[in-house]
Amino acid sequence: MDDLRRTEALLSQQQTKISARNVQVWYGDTHAIKDVSVEIADKTTTAFIGPSGCGKSTFLRCINRMNDTIPAARIEGDIEIDGEDIYDRRVDPVRLRAKVGMVFQKPNPFPKSIYDNVAYGPRIHGLARGRAELDAIVEKALRRAALWNEVKDRLTAPGTGLSGGQQQRLCIARAVATEPEVLLMDEPCSALDPIATAQVEELIDELRQNYSVVIVTHSMQQAARVSQKTAFFHLGHLVEFGDTATIFTNPEDSRTESYISGRIG
Amino acid sequence: MSDAIAPTPPARAVSLHATDARTRRRNAAEKRFKAYGLTAIGIGLAFLAALLFAIVSNGSAAFTQTFVEVPITLDAEEIAAAESSIVKTSKYREIIHGALLEQLADAGIETDMDAAELGKILSSSEAAEMRDFALANPERMGETVRFDFLASSRVDGYLKGRVTRDALARDQNLDAAHLDLVDRLAEQGIVVKRFNWDFILGADASDQRPEQAGIGVAMLGSFFMMLVVLALALPIGVAASIYLEEFAPKNRITDFIEVNISNLAAVPSIVFGILGLAVFIQFAGLPQSAPLVGGLVLTLMTLPTIIISTRAALAAVPPSIRAAALGVGASKMQSVFHHVLPLAMPGILTGTIIGLAQALGETAPLLLIGMVGFIASNYPDGVVSGFTDPNSAMPAQIYEWAKRADPAFYERAWGGIIILLLFLMTMNFIAILLRRRFERRW
Ligand SMILES: Nc1ncnc2c1ncn2[C@@H]1O[C@H](COP(=O)(O)OP(=O)(O)OP(=O)(O)O)[C@@H](O)[C@H]1O
Ligand SMILES: [Mg+2]
Repeated sequence: MDDLRRTEALLSQQQTKISARNVQVWYGDTHAIKDVSVEIADKTTTAFIGPSGCGKSTFLRCINRMNDTIPAARIEGDIEIDGEDIYDRRVDPVRLRAKVGMVFQKPNPFPKSIYDNVAYGPRIHGLARGRAELDAIVEKALRRAALWNEVKDRLTAPGTGLSGGQQQRLCIARAVATEPEVLLMDEPCSALDPIATAQVEELIDELRQNYSVVIVTHSMQQAARVSQKTAFFHLGHLVEFGDTATIFTNPEDSRTESYISGRIG
Repeated sequence: MSDAIAPTPPARAVSLHATDARTRRRNAAEKRFKAYGLTAIGIGLAFLAALLFAIVSNGSAAFTQTFVEVPITLDAEEIAAAESSIVKTSKYREIIHGALLEQLADAGIETDMDAAELGKILSSSEAAEMRDFALANPERMGETVRFDFLASSRVDGYLKGRVTRDALARDQNLDAAHLDLVDRLAEQGIVVKRFNWDFILGADASDQRPEQAGIGVAMLGSFFMMLVVLALALPIGVAASIYLEEFAPKNRITDFIEVNISNLAAVPSIVFGILGLAVFIQFAGLPQSAPLVGGLVLTLMTLPTIIISTRAALAAVPPSIRAAALGVGASKMQSVFHHVLPLAMPGILTGTIIGLAQALGETAPLLLIGMVGFIASNYPDGVVSGFTDPNSAMPAQIYEWAKRADPAFYERAWGGIIILLLFLMTMNFIAILLRRRFERRW
């Protein structure tokens, strides 16, 4: 039984969730992403690493079309999720973002209660019929974000009154409450202490069972700990992409090696 | 630029206790700046204090008024006779003056004045007041009713110290004998000063009867105008700001619109008045002097203020909130209405109320649409006529009084300013309260 499940997981790991081909991004005249092609597998954690300004966030934002909100941004190439082109005319970016959740670098809870923060997504997407169902969704999301025990007695307290780490976990709970299929996390732990970081990493590992998780991080250790696949970006290029173990122990490209060993970046 | 590092000067041992010239100069400059600041604030406060003192000392007298109490026995025959005569009020006047003379005799005050001469201490509105009462209360015929007649504005001014005996001596209306009588009547409690509700609630009166003039009708005119401004400027202004700030693409056209909105905010208000005259009255054919037109003109004037403050409030909402909402799959409109707008609310409300307060105090545009100079002597009949009937507005009424010859009106102009200021203060207070209420949630 247990073996069967593991095989299943292994099998689906090979399934491609997101497939990007020849993606180019410009901000006005700045060429931020240069011809990036990558296949991101389902039920896997993929880490994006690379020096500051190399385009990790930009590429991440292409996957849920958050770049649409930046007037200067221009995108070329194809990105497919489950074989469907997300830049197709027929795609409503709002529905795409319900399917591809995002956690931002800086915790950004709504200035509303903890409960309302988590319930907001399910509410606008009509995921719950009635109060009881919504309560259940909120509790589940908060439990998955490892926040339930800390906030269960003050769900009506403002979300902005939590500590930085709690706020970030609240944002994660908010993102998972809508049951997305892909979770994009842009440096989710940059504001967190080691304990909260460990909790978030544990959470990422758990979320991976169901979702395709993409995480941007500046911490090599974190990338090595949480991810199965790693992509190294440099000056807008995807330099190397492969199994995390390989990238960290035996990189093909010399730039990857220098970055990992701390010589560039 | 060279990367060569400048040789570091040899370290000198300088005591922190010793002061050098540079530090002293810096500290002196700082002290001087603080002194300038304090002086500036002091001058501002002094002006404010002087202004408030002038307003209160000149205007507070408008809130009290001198009345003469006269008991009159309503005689059915007399009244019927008065009603059948051609100039009805003159008969009533005779009755009143007779009653006043009798009252003097009862009070033991001797005088050789005749009734008509004595009647000069009363306001000329007295006959109409008695007639109205008599016609309205036929069941009280035969009873003795105590009337409180307004004293003439000169008597009022004399008792308030505004008019001196010397000044009155040069006046044809009253002479020293009248004033002696007034002094004795005041001792007896027949002539009394009381709080003047009629000033706050009443209508404006003609040039000859300053004692009767009130600001109530003009207040109602201002109220209807503010309703128009609120109903139009708030939704239009907020909708325009949300569109410009959140939805509009950034291009030449929106830039052009933006620049023009800022320019509109600086357009002198009288220009809006002439625009209103041309568009609303001459072109659209709306009635002159109507609060509806005044409100429309003030709406035009208030819109830029509301748009600018609303846009500032929207822009102050951190972009991370918008990103968060979009990130969980909210549409642009949901993110604006669920998250951005509530956060911008205190700023929007403050801007709106400041815009309204500005509009409330505005006189110049009303000049051109005929609201200044209109004698607001009647209350409108209903809500609709409140918008469409000619009326005045508080600042217009104040201007009107200030320009009349009789100094008694001057006092009322100051009194009107007190009321206007109270309104403005209340509005600002509401703005603060709303701000607190919306901000305290988080
Ligand atoms: N909104 C924007 N407008 C213009 N240029 C932008 C914008 N956002 C990013 N850029 C540019 O695009 C390039 C890539 O930026 P991006 O934010 O993707 O880098 P990053 O890899 O996430 O860096 P960091 O690790 O510091 O977050 C940079 O050169 C940046 O200056
Ligand atoms: Mg980034």
